[in-house]
Amino acid sequence: MPHAPFIIAAYGVAAVMLTWCAIGPLLAGRKLARQLRSKYQEADHAPNS
Amino acid sequence: MNRVWLFFHKMGSPPWFYRFSGKLLPWLWGLFFVLAAWGLYLGLVKAPPDYLQGESARIMYIHVPAAWMSMLIYVLVAAMGLIGLVWHVRIAEIMAICSAPIGAFFTAIALATGSLWGRPTWGTYWVWDARLTSELVLLFLYLGVIALYNSFDEPRKAARAASLLALVGVVNLPIIHYSVTWWNTLHQGTSISASGSSIHPSMLWPLLIMAVATKFFYAANLLVRTRHRLLLQDHRKQWVRNVIMKEGS
Amino acid sequence: MSGVQSTGALRALLKRDLLLAYRRRSEMAQPVIFLLVVVSLFPLGVGPSPQLLGTIAPGVIWIAALLATVLSLDSLFRSDFEDGSIEQFLLSGHPLTLIALIKTAAHWLTAGLPLVLLSPLLAVWMNLPAEGARVLVLTLAIGTPVLSLIGAIGGALTVSLKRGGQLLSLLVFPLYVPLLIIATNAVSAATAGLPFAGQLGLMLAGLVGALTLAPFAASAALKLSLE
Repeated sequence: MPHAPFIIAAYGVAAVMLTWCAIGPLLAGRKLARQLRSKYQEADHAPNS
Repeated sequence: MNRVWLFFHKMGSPPWFYRFSGKLLPWLWGLFFVLAAWGLYLGLVKAPPDYLQGESARIMYIHVPAAWMSMLIYVLVAAMGLIGLVWHVRIAEIMAICSAPIGAFFTAIALATGSLWGRPTWGTYWVWDARLTSELVLLFLYLGVIALYNSFDEPRKAARAASLLALVGVVNLPIIHYSVTWWNTLHQGTSISASGSSIHPSMLWPLLIMAVATKFFYAANLLVRTRHRLLLQDHRKQWVRNVIMKEGS
Repeated sequence: MSGVQSTGALRALLKRDLLLAYRRRSEMAQPVIFLLVVVSLFPLGVGPSPQLLGTIAPGVIWIAALLATVLSLDSLFRSDFEDGSIEQFLLSGHPLTLIALIKTAAHWLTAGLPLVLLSPLLAVWMNLPAEGARVLVLTLAIGTPVLSLIGAIGGALTVSLKRGGQLLSLLVFPLYVPLLIIATNAVSAATAGLPFAGQLGLMLAGLVGALTLAPFAASAALKLSLE
């Protein structure tokens, strides 16, 4: 049984999972920054406080 | 000693933590990539194939560090959770809960790579020996902690409940560690111990380098997740406003 | 509060819980009936071959015991939580740890002990030989209190959640796994004529550990849930 496909599959799965793990909060952070920015700008333009 | 205490006190303040971690992050990512590249080169290119197993033993250089991280992170979740529970340190609570998904990812990687290693080497994708089974149980423990955290509305209560669960679960970990000696298993016996190891240096070095590399990945990813959660929880506070507006310009 | 006063209160609590359970005995009986039904499904599912049944008997019976216990765990603290009794316990000045222990004991008497008493019948159904059956009863006698003790922690953690019951079983099953492994190993070893004292010793150690540590975790979780 050739070992190479299994080695490639193993490292490939690991790479995919680590990328997913790393990218998730980065993307969420970017989305949050966008949402907060617009919310703050709204609050600044219509000051009630 | 005073400098050290001052440092830890400052880290407890979210804006300070955010600023400090932001400076630290590029270094952590950089070290991860450099070490991972070096370790992978040594492991996939330079190291010899195993005498008994052949080429498939190269999977060890990702499987074993991932398994080590899966267990280390769980202990850290429990430890940071304990600090949060006993001393009410919010940053500790947040870092504990942010570590849990990272640990779950590493556990999944360990299971998947272990399974792919088993097929060409021992003929089977899965065997219910004590070691693999415990790794699967560890994954369920992680998922339980994450699920419990997500079930509560109030974030601090959620973090404390999840921390308590992690502390209870950490009792399971010694059983994982000693299961290799308790039962005869298909899994390879422990070959790295404090007294020295039975692995040839050309295979030991890539393993250790990858082990250190994964720690830098964990540190970097943890800081990213913690920063995100801090922004989320403190979004009404001025410091978050300052950060967001500054980063936008 | 002196220790003498606590003893009286704890005894009264135990009597109250057992009385309440007796008044709802049809509800208490459900997990037990569940146990009987689940075990009897296995021969129907895998075939009545006595050899096969005998081999899988320890695992099947123990897993059925786990499932039956988990079914009854959600109600350990829930009704007391919802009507404010837990808050009263906390305010009463009696140690909440001991209160959690007493309630767990009541749970075991009503939910765990029936499993132990029924296990000889289940051993006969699953064609478990006498040596194995004897050890099965032993493992259940030692193990079901551990199930209740650890389960109480899960019950306390999820008691403030609306749909806590489902999550409770997910939380608690991984914690049960070592117990399951060792207990079934003991029964299989006994059936095969191999030594099983070590496994029983480990289970006893687990029981002692759970008895001393679990009530602390459960009471901490109860305080958390009350926040």
